Amino acid sequence: MGPSGKPTLLEVRRITKIFGELKANDAVDFDIAEGEIHALLGENGAGKSTLVKMLFGSLQPTSGEILWRGKPVVVSDPATARKLGVGMVFQHFSLFEALTAAENIALSLGGNTPISRIAEEARALSQAYGLPLDPGALVGDLSVGERQRIEIIRCLLQKPDLIILDEPTSVLTPQEADKLFETLERLRSEGKSILYISHRLEEVKRLCDRATVLRHGKVVAHCTPSEQTPASLAAMMVGNEVAAVARPASIAHGWEPLLEVRRFDQPARGPFSVPLRDISLEVFPGEVVGIAGVAGNGQGEFFEALSGEVLQKRADQVKIAGKDAGRLGATARRVLGAALLPGERLGHGAAPGMKLSENLLLSRHASDRKAMLGGGILGLVKGGAVKRAARRVIEAMDVRKSAEDPEAAALSGGNLQKFIVGRELDRQPRLLVVNQPTWGVDAGAAAMIRQKLIDLSRAGSGVLAISQDLDELFEISDRIVVMADGRLSGSLKIAEATREKIGILMGGASPAHHTGHMEDAA
Amino acid sequence: MIRLELTRRPQHSALFSLVSPLLALALTLLAGVILFTWLGKPPAAALYSYFIEPLTEMWSLHELAIKAAPLIIIAVGLCVCYLSNNWNIGAEGQFLMGAIAGSALPVLAPQFANGATLPLMILCGMIGGAAWAAIPALLKTRFNANEILTSLMLVYVAQLFLDWLVRGPWRNPQGFSFPGTITFNEFALLPELMPASGRANLGFVFALVVAVLVWFLLTRTLKGFEVRVLGQSPRAGRFAGFSPAKMTVFAFLVSGALAGLAGISEVAGAVQHLNEKLSIGYGFTAIIVAFLGRLNPLGAVVAGLLLALTYLGGEAAQISLGISDKIARAFQGALLFFVLACDTLIIYKIRLSFGGRRATGSV
Amino acid sequence: METWVAILLTVTTAATPLLIAALGELVVERSGVLNLGVEGMMVMGAVTGFAGAQIFGDPWAGVALAIVTGALFSLLFGFLALTLATNQVATGLALTLLGIGISGMIGEKFIGIPGLRMEPIFVPGLSDMPVVGRLLFGQDPLFYISIALTVAVVWFLFRTRAGLTLRAIGDSHGSAHALGIKVIRIRYLAVMFGGACAGLAGAHLSLVYTPQWVENMTAGRGWIALALVVFASWRPFRVLIGAYLFGAITIMQLHIQAMTLSEMTFLPGAIYALAAWVKSVPAQFLSALPYLATVVVLVLISRNRRLTMMNTPAALGRPFVPDR
Repeated sequence: MGPSGKPTLLEVRRITKIFGELKANDAVDFDIAEGEIHALLGENGAGKSTLVKMLFGSLQPTSGEILWRGKPVVVSDPATARKLGVGMVFQHFSLFEALTAAENIALSLGGNTPISRIAEEARALSQAYGLPLDPGALVGDLSVGERQRIEIIRCLLQKPDLIILDEPTSVLTPQEADKLFETLERLRSEGKSILYISHRLEEVKRLCDRATVLRHGKVVAHCTPSEQTPASLAAMMVGNEVAAVARPASIAHGWEPLLEVRRFDQPARGPFSVPLRDISLEVFPGEVVGIAGVAGNGQGEFFEALSGEVLQKRADQVKIAGKDAGRLGATARRVLGAALLPGERLGHGAAPGMKLSENLLLSRHASDRKAMLGGGILGLVKGGAVKRAARRVIEAMDVRKSAEDPEAAALSGGNLQKFIVGRELDRQPRLLVVNQPTWGVDAGAAAMIRQKLIDLSRAGSGVLAISQDLDELFEISDRIVVMADGRLSGSLKIAEATREKIGILMGGASPAHHTGHMEDAA
Repeated sequence: MIRLELTRRPQHSALFSLVSPLLALALTLLAGVILFTWLGKPPAAALYSYFIEPLTEMWSLHELAIKAAPLIIIAVGLCVCYLSNNWNIGAEGQFLMGAIAGSALPVLAPQFANGATLPLMILCGMIGGAAWAAIPALLKTRFNANEILTSLMLVYVAQLFLDWLVRGPWRNPQGFSFPGTITFNEFALLPELMPASGRANLGFVFALVVAVLVWFLLTRTLKGFEVRVLGQSPRAGRFAGFSPAKMTVFAFLVSGALAGLAGISEVAGAVQHLNEKLSIGYGFTAIIVAFLGRLNPLGAVVAGLLLALTYLGGEAAQISLGISDKIARAFQGALLFFVLACDTLIIYKIRLSFGGRRATGSV
Repeated sequence: METWVAILLTVTTAATPLLIAALGELVVERSGVLNLGVEGMMVMGAVTGFAGAQIFGDPWAGVALAIVTGALFSLLFGFLALTLATNQVATGLALTLLGIGISGMIGEKFIGIPGLRMEPIFVPGLSDMPVVGRLLFGQDPLFYISIALTVAVVWFLFRTRAGLTLRAIGDSHGSAHALGIKVIRIRYLAVMFGGACAGLAGAHLSLVYTPQWVENMTAGRGWIALALVVFASWRPFRVLIGAYLFGAITIMQLHIQAMTLSEMTFLPGAIYALAAWVKSVPAQFLSALPYLATVVVLVLISRNRRLTMMNTPAALGRPFVPDR
């Protein structure tokens, strides 16, 4: 029996999962009652996803047991989980972009029901729950919010008793999130149980009946969120490791913009990429400008345009420190004083299989040519100088590592992000353009990185931060602009900005349907 | 059910980087023992004639150097290609085109015979190979055409072109209608290194020099860094300001020029005239050499010598034991297979799993 | 007219092995795996097909042996590329080199032996109809199999749940794994299907096209089959069209090489003039035509980067290692 007197649906006893030397889950206990929304709280890397994957059969526990309606079960694969009555709404890696919504749903249902019947059922269900969905649409063409709807419908069609949602609101506007909460509350009233994974405290407090808090793979607390404050929940989640970020008032360091984008357009570059339309933006010395927006609205494309990985049509569409840079590549833009930090650490901001020192050279070979290269046109790499610079960054940013000069992939997300942020700060850039500065980073590292960004701007540089995390932008920005469907809104001073205003702008444009697709003739 | 499970190592294993080629070699030898036993030949004697006998006599060491030189030179170029993730598998064609371009001078102007002849031939050979390699490179960068297929198709075209030349316009009029050009004049031939003991020529020196130069380029210079970054993660490379398209052209030009060098060295060295049977698949065997050498030019020297040994060993085993020399090619293919399989150990740990429960044995 | 029919018949004979091999590879690539070993599997099929026919005295025994050999041989690739997650390009190349090596070894004793030809199927009455009679009812059995195979692959990929699953894996193996689809197992099956098809295509070469064993007799057809898959944008019916296009090019150059001018008088004036001019071109240049055509076709089809990106299975060539 659960604490509320309802029967227990699922119970997890002392479950442990070990990857190599890492204990991702260490003797985790918790239970979920029927008709309950149960939160699984924890910061990035706390072991939430690992735990959930074991419940859904994607991973097997090293030890411990799972009880379903009081009986021990072995969830050997997702099909078994579905048969038990467990459904899952994934955050990543679960939809097929080249297939239609209905085909995507069919794949998770098993059996041999014709696609047309499945499409019919999906349409009916989507109407019943107020989640509009076009079963014939190609997933690659849909916005992130629409994709999540497919996931939810797909899950509901399996008529599960327990629905697991993994960080569902991280890709939604505040308004879309509200609609999701309504749906979840309705499901609860129908007697379904929901396991809700999040690190957003406000929504957990608002929505969930009980919560289990994980830290470093261990359960640190079971609690009732309504009796807690966000601050007390945060303390459980991160311990007392996090210093608050301080944002002293912005001082004007001059009126010459360090970054100026003027009326910039760019057509979609791939089948599933977003076109950019009529973007104008300025970043002045001494300020942090934040770009808010739901993922997949053109932020990645905009970053690549600013970084010079994709060139502009005209030179004056992008100016860096007053110089026309639209036709310059990444190297030349760096020489003008820009530092660039992409959203994806592994494979974009850093080469996973290369050592940290080599990854330092990756973005510094031109801006620090004198210090790091010799031999004239031969371009001999001064290994000693590069290693010394890497060591300097590692010390300045307190990067924890297992070897003297490890490969990038061997570092945890937080530590690698600290390294590549430090790599750019180390050269004291005039302008820093950063995409998702703390995505998937633990709270301690995130606070440190945010503080460094503010400090850089207060020293007279300009910082442009693109982020999906509104809390982060409110913490660091002096001004916020919003990107939706490839367009940029006007800027809001931080004092005037509210979550509601930003949320409306984030959902401002209709979802993108900009690419045609060739259907197979067969 | 027994199955293998892979877990990614946190770092590349330095140990297995060294052990993997040796392990692959051991497995190939084991496969050889099984094969020879099955064929009813004494395995020890067969392996002896394959891998030891060619090393016991001076003249045959010279032959080893002759066979190894083109393999090493081509493989060194392929290292640059494969490290930068450009799949040039048409080195055979570039080898032939290099040989053709380099031979133009002694065939068409045999009277031009002086100290400049050989350097000019080598230059032309490298340009010929590079030009042939530039075709798939440009088709890839300009038109997005798959370089694997285009570079390979051009091998067949080069073979047919060579065939036409040596049977048609370039045929030796005194050659009794055998296909092939006139024999080159002495200024057009690579000098032999130690004429007293065997035929080995300057080509082997080229191989060593090229290997060291490219090794230096790859490990010590920014260009080499660029090659490796773009090969491992192209997006990180573009972020660094490097251009994948320029790298494709660079890698193909380097490997094409080197294949061309190998081609002209072969004609001007061991063969001394151009004929339609110039290559015994050097361009393809060099792919194996490159991988066996772990895409390291110095490794390619060792691997090139080893693969050259299988050619000589094949001949030796045919003479002494009546084993078909075709087996050598099967051996070479098997070796590449084992190398690729063993390379998994560098990135992953391998574990045996029995029906869900895990056994303890893991590497 | 008789000459035209004869030419068309040889076109189908040249196109059939390309079609069969390319269909197999298409299924493999639709599952997200790039097997460059087609040439090697095909040449193995050619030698075992020939050997099987010789040993058992029946071409069908050769066909069966070639199919089994192709499938088993592809398992070598599967073990490396799927279980050991090796680089698929390099592994495919290795399979080709190994196939050429082993087939040379096996085939040594068959060189110069006249082969058994697989006889065409004649339907009394129907086959005697003018023109279409021979074309529709007088071909070798593998021709009919290749057409049936095309239809079967279309049906499987686009009309069955298993086909949907296979395409899904080719789009995103990560998503498929998360849903509990057995990615590696299905890819193994796809690879073996590709191997079986390549083996069958090889048997066609040594039992129908030129009934004999010559070392390396595939002469790049495996690679052309790979190019056909790209040409067809991973769609089976377009593979059929492409295979016949290539068949036509191959046969035309062969016919022009083989015929004397007086034999070509049946051709209309302009074509006769063209043929006469082409005949003055050295034979080697005509033989290079199929290879050059492959290059040209690849260029034309790949030029539109966006379209190519959209058609290519998104997971193609990427190794997959599940978390455990």
